[in-house]
Amino acid sequence: MAKYRMNLMLCAGTGCVSNKSIRISKVLEEELKKHKLEEEILVVLTGCNGFCAQGPIMVVHPDGIFYQMLTEKDIPHLVEEHFLKGRPVKKLMYTPSKEEIPVPKMSDIGFFKEQRLVALRNRGLIDPEKIDESIARGGYSALAKALTSMTPEAIIKEMKDSGLRGRGGAGFPTGKKWEFAARAKGEEKYIICNADEGDPGAFMDRSIVESDPHSVLEGMTIGARAIGAHHGYIYIRSEYPIAVERMKKAITEAREYGLLGEDILGTGFDFEVSVHRGAGAFVCGEETSLIASLEGRPPEPRIRPPFPAQSGLWGKPTNINNVETWANVPEIISRGGSWYSQIGTDTSKGTKVFSLVGKVKNTGLIEVPMGITLRKIIYGIGGGILEDKKFKAVQTGGPSGGCIPEKLLDLPIDYERLTEVGSIMGSGGMIVMDEETCMVDVARYFVDFLRGESCGKCTSCREGLEAMYQILTGICEGKGKEGDVELLEELSSAIKDGSMCALGGTAANPVLSTIRYFKNEYQSHIREQKCPGGVCRELIHYLIDEEKCTGCLRCIKNCPSNAISGERKEPVNLDQEKCIKCGVCLEVCKFKAVLVE
Amino acid sequence: MAKLKPEDLEKISQKMRKMTILREGTGQAKVTVHMGTCGIASGARKIMAAILALVEEKNIRDVIVTSSGCAGLCSREPMMTVELKGEAPVKYVDLTEGKVRAIFAQHVMNGNIVVKYALAMGSERVS
Repeated sequence: MAKYRMNLMLCAGTGCVSNKSIRISKVLEEELKKHKLEEEILVVLTGCNGFCAQGPIMVVHPDGIFYQMLTEKDIPHLVEEHFLKGRPVKKLMYTPSKEEIPVPKMSDIGFFKEQRLVALRNRGLIDPEKIDESIARGGYSALAKALTSMTPEAIIKEMKDSGLRGRGGAGFPTGKKWEFAARAKGEEKYIICNADEGDPGAFMDRSIVESDPHSVLEGMTIGARAIGAHHGYIYIRSEYPIAVERMKKAITEAREYGLLGEDILGTGFDFEVSVHRGAGAFVCGEETSLIASLEGRPPEPRIRPPFPAQSGLWGKPTNINNVETWANVPEIISRGGSWYSQIGTDTSKGTKVFSLVGKVKNTGLIEVPMGITLRKIIYGIGGGILEDKKFKAVQTGGPSGGCIPEKLLDLPIDYERLTEVGSIMGSGGMIVMDEETCMVDVARYFVDFLRGESCGKCTSCREGLEAMYQILTGICEGKGKEGDVELLEELSSAIKDGSMCALGGTAANPVLSTIRYFKNEYQSHIREQKCPGGVCRELIHYLIDEEKCTGCLRCIKNCPSNAISGERKEPVNLDQEKCIKCGVCLEVCKFKAVLVE
Repeated sequence: MAKLKPEDLEKISQKMRKMTILREGTGQAKVTVHMGTCGIASGARKIMAAILALVEEKNIRDVIVTSSGCAGLCSREPMMTVELKGEAPVKYVDLTEGKVRAIFAQHVMNGNIVVKYALAMGSERVS
């Protein structure tokens, strides 16, 4: 193997691939060849780097120079300047907003500085399709330790000591879950990895599988050893083609090395894994629905107990954990449960991966210690609100999470505290909303999603969500009545009490939390027929600020309904009768002369 | 492919680390070849190739080889800077493949500066 003097870590996660990083890698290799650098410089396609907003991303080692928003056109210049002549190219580096000097090193960029990587420990540092690179970063050493020097009881004890709780959403202690499955009687037991990530805007699990599939396989194999299972399933969304492909490749490679299959590492332990592609129903994230789907039945949850640990897949004891949970396992076994439990808060140990999206400057995938405040995430790592608008709320935990207002931004995040304020940890979605968001409309959006995803088994969830949707739509259209808010609250508790699984159990959160923190918005919709966020079309008017309007006539050109008229250099007129409230004039006006009321 | 035993993991890891150590950004020594236009014109590419060959030949793992731009003293190219962990960087000038071999054996591997080929110690001050 040749010695390379430089490694170019080019992100090939789904985000960067959509921005043509694969094409860039081809051009890069051609250019390196042209300068005869191909034997000195190695191009590595990595999984998601995390800073998706700036993609395609390439990190150059050994110096750790961070290049962003690359295009094919940039490559010839970059290769000649930096890779041949050693002069890093400033214009391709990241410049934080409002600053002028670019930050060359990845480790100095605010987005990365505050993060602490455990589950994502190998992201951007390995080629996920080469098992040797994973092994070089310590991959499978925890498995070797677990198989050669630990009893199943010792593995479970380590997991219990770590305090790791299920990262899929419910937060059940992982060690305890394993213990139940280990104690259950049965010849045949199963391990399942839940990679059916259904929350809109969430991509934690996809990124982990894409950037480091071996950590998930290793975690599952350790879990299998702990509970005594010999077969595992990875239930992964069909919409994640890159993740599916990399996972399959990882399984093949691990099998060739004898790290999966019969007689793993020569220790006599057998474990086989199959990949099952799910058709993508949100309710499949619920473990009993997932099991039903895996068995070929419609994904409907069932009453627990019996819990899957007693009677799961095919009626056998089964242990299900989510991707992120599995990815944490090898690190806990390697470094010890007590090491892991030093990170985090009293009740929530370790780190958590979040997908930070919405109206925040630095969208992307982050991993932070539990107990960090929302403010640090949004303003530190996230870099603040887009266009420096005002923050209104952050929604955590996916569609059935709650919206948290500004006054609670200093809340340290853990499972309990998020529940106290009416939201949930969920699997780690985090959607930031600015002042131009209507909270009633947000509640309606999530209820609409959930009403479509409800499996329909429990009447209260099926009919209750539909009824809530109708009421919320009414409020948004200006048809709200006194008593609607109370009715929504009543429906919420009925749905919560009358539903079997967590989908119904948490479905009311977006409604309840917006009522709790943004009741005034509901009231303005109902009593004053006004939408404070300027979103609900039936309740808003667009007006022209005659003092600010310069008469550039840009709005007239763009208005699809010819509602604006006027002469050059004179303030324009907006005909309310013709206006369809599409908001195009507001978007195109450069002088902020279009007002929403 | 042969099935692995627990001890094989460490072997693969050691073998791979030659390639992946760069990504950790740390090494016992860092060798920088100055590859500005002047450097390349006076043979820096050959110097770089020679260094990489030496690293390969001696199976060195913890030395980072990298490039940088013109150091400003174009008449003395090819140049390289050797920086041992915790010590001041040393600039070598008017390099040839033979000199590189000597510098490698004495300075990079054994920590003794080759005074006769060296220009100066330390870096320029950057305000």
